[in-house]
Amino acid sequence: MEDKLVLGGREIDNRLLLGTGKFPSKAIIPEVIKRSGSQVVTMALRRVDFDSQQENVLNYIPKGCILLPNTSGARNAEEAVRIARIARAAGCGDWVKIEVITDNKYLLPDNYETITATEILAREGFVVLPYMSPDLMVAKRLQDAGAAAVMPLGAPIGSNRGLKTRELIRILIDEIEVPIIVDAGIGKPSEAAEAMEMGAAAVLVNTAIATAGDPVLMAEAFSLAVKAGRQAYLAGPGLTREYAEASSPLTGFLREVQEA
Amino acid sequence: MSFANVCSQFKGFDFDGFFNRIQPDDIIKVLGKPGLDRTDFLVMLSPAAEGVLEEMAQKAHRLTLQHFGRAMVLYTPLYLSNYCVNVCSYCGFNARNRMYRKTLTLDEVEAEARAIASTGLKHILVLTGESRRHVPVSYIAGCVRVLRRYFASIGIEVYPMEEEEYRVLIQAGVDSLTIYQETYDEEVYDRVHVKGPKKHYRYRLEAPERGCRAGMRAVNIGALLGLNDWRRDAFFTGLHAAYLQDRYPEVELSVSVPRLRPHLGNFPPLYPVLDKNLVQILLALRLFIPRLGLTLSTRERAELRDRLIPLGITRMSAGSCTKVGGYAIQDTGHGQFDIADTRNVAEIREALLGRGYDPVFKDWHPF
Amino acid sequence: MLVVVNGREERLPEDLSLMDFIQSKGLAPESFVFMLNDRVLKWDELNGIILQENDRLEILRFVGGG
Repeated sequence: MEDKLVLGGREIDNRLLLGTGKFPSKAIIPEVIKRSGSQVVTMALRRVDFDSQQENVLNYIPKGCILLPNTSGARNAEEAVRIARIARAAGCGDWVKIEVITDNKYLLPDNYETITATEILAREGFVVLPYMSPDLMVAKRLQDAGAAAVMPLGAPIGSNRGLKTRELIRILIDEIEVPIIVDAGIGKPSEAAEAMEMGAAAVLVNTAIATAGDPVLMAEAFSLAVKAGRQAYLAGPGLTREYAEASSPLTGFLREVQEA
Repeated sequence: MSFANVCSQFKGFDFDGFFNRIQPDDIIKVLGKPGLDRTDFLVMLSPAAEGVLEEMAQKAHRLTLQHFGRAMVLYTPLYLSNYCVNVCSYCGFNARNRMYRKTLTLDEVEAEARAIASTGLKHILVLTGESRRHVPVSYIAGCVRVLRRYFASIGIEVYPMEEEEYRVLIQAGVDSLTIYQETYDEEVYDRVHVKGPKKHYRYRLEAPERGCRAGMRAVNIGALLGLNDWRRDAFFTGLHAAYLQDRYPEVELSVSVPRLRPHLGNFPPLYPVLDKNLVQILLALRLFIPRLGLTLSTRERAELRDRLIPLGITRMSAGSCTKVGGYAIQDTGHGQFDIADTRNVAEIREALLGRGYDPVFKDWHPF
Repeated sequence: MLVVVNGREERLPEDLSLMDFIQSKGLAPESFVFMLNDRVLKWDELNGIILQENDRLEILRFVGGG
């Protein structure tokens, strides 16, 4: 069955988006990507620290993956825009995940700055995927600003606490026309499956895989869960007959009252 | 983008073919879903759904209680004028009808207002025919300024206007707009609107959206049931409401389900709408948009109105009169259609209380 | 001369090419993003550029992130 997610004009089969942070060793990233089947992979851009040299994570991401640089570290729209432009100029492609965080306690995104950054970058031809706190009015503004998808958080970043914002995300799925991708907070494959069953277009997972006992195995587990949830969504809910409260039929009068 | 674009997506759609494929089990399946999409809504309007009305009713009733409680807002129409330049084959104000025409003076408006206000009603719906010469926007605004002293909420059901004209009326004190498309089928629309400015289908179709943009607090739309295949018109009415609700979430949207009534120059409905059909329309709308207001007028007879209440109705007219000057003036103009529920406001109030419903005379006060 | 590298002032010899500077830091150019005075450079540009007084150089790298 053809069931592709279309983002920024690209067709994507695998609805698990993968983050590359927090892995015990970069060396396992290729295997994680392979086993998860992820086609969209995120990374961040940082100043080099000459004292502790590390390798470029791009070297571990297979060719053919869509690169989704994030703007982490940005504290306002201007910085996010700057990071996005650098990433594009550095050959990362047109995709960008906007992430603007000013709150160091909960690491919650700043929706207002995110809207501004989305407006600017969408105008410049970026495929903009903004990470946001689930709020309907903000999601509408992001959609109007040209976001390719809207990425509400399920719980605070890295918390692995699951779909705490379930009801709000459900509303976004119902009301927003662009794909809703649940980003942040998903800790277990069952939670990813639940998001997909609800009708999320995709999920973005990082910490839960990177910090698992066996990240490669967990990546595959998430991939299967995302597929299962998506299929359940497509299959539609089963027949759940709601029996009438027999004591007080509401339409009985249609048989007893003469038609006028 | 306009609702016309949504309609055009269904040009050539095989409604009959779709309906023929629907089985009762399909309806039960849709009833199990947490929310309905367009296709589900159309399933609810299928002939097969007639066999499952009771189950639809139970869910519609629950949703109505959940979203509105047992509250029923009461209002009454006030006809300002029956002058009309349109020739509409179904309407009593038809320009070709030889009848007594009249436009209320501001003093008469005040007398009518006093009579209506004495029944306790606080919500009023102002109506006119379409004649910009006899009933200019400035005249309506003048009447509204008088009515404002007596009523908490003033709606208009008049000819379609420009956004700027709606703003003028809002400034004068109007807070809600009622305008029916009559039928969403352009060909039928053209046929029944024989002559006059009302022939302009798209201008009318986009009027509710102009009202939303102008800042109307509430907008009420509907199709005149009986002009066309009701399943299609109910479908497009629901899509129209959803379209407006999605784009103007600040507006309180409601739908009326007026059935053609006898009037001067009788026009038999081309597509009769039976009681069970009316019930199905109401249920489908409630299930499709649980927060949608549903308005029921005195066009329907008392015993049917009482039975429809629990199915999802949120607003009812009471003690209505469609004659110009019918509440207080001796010299009345001819009415638009005949009233079927002739109970006065007190009687309707009692009927609601008797069924465990709270008659609401005022749920809004402009600040 | 003074050059600002990743926000820190560094005193460097005159007539230093960017490529020489990069190699003096032990960096393999193809793993980094170089930005000189707000402009992202292509790798094949690095050889021809001589650093100037008050240049602002940013050396960036893609790292893991979600």
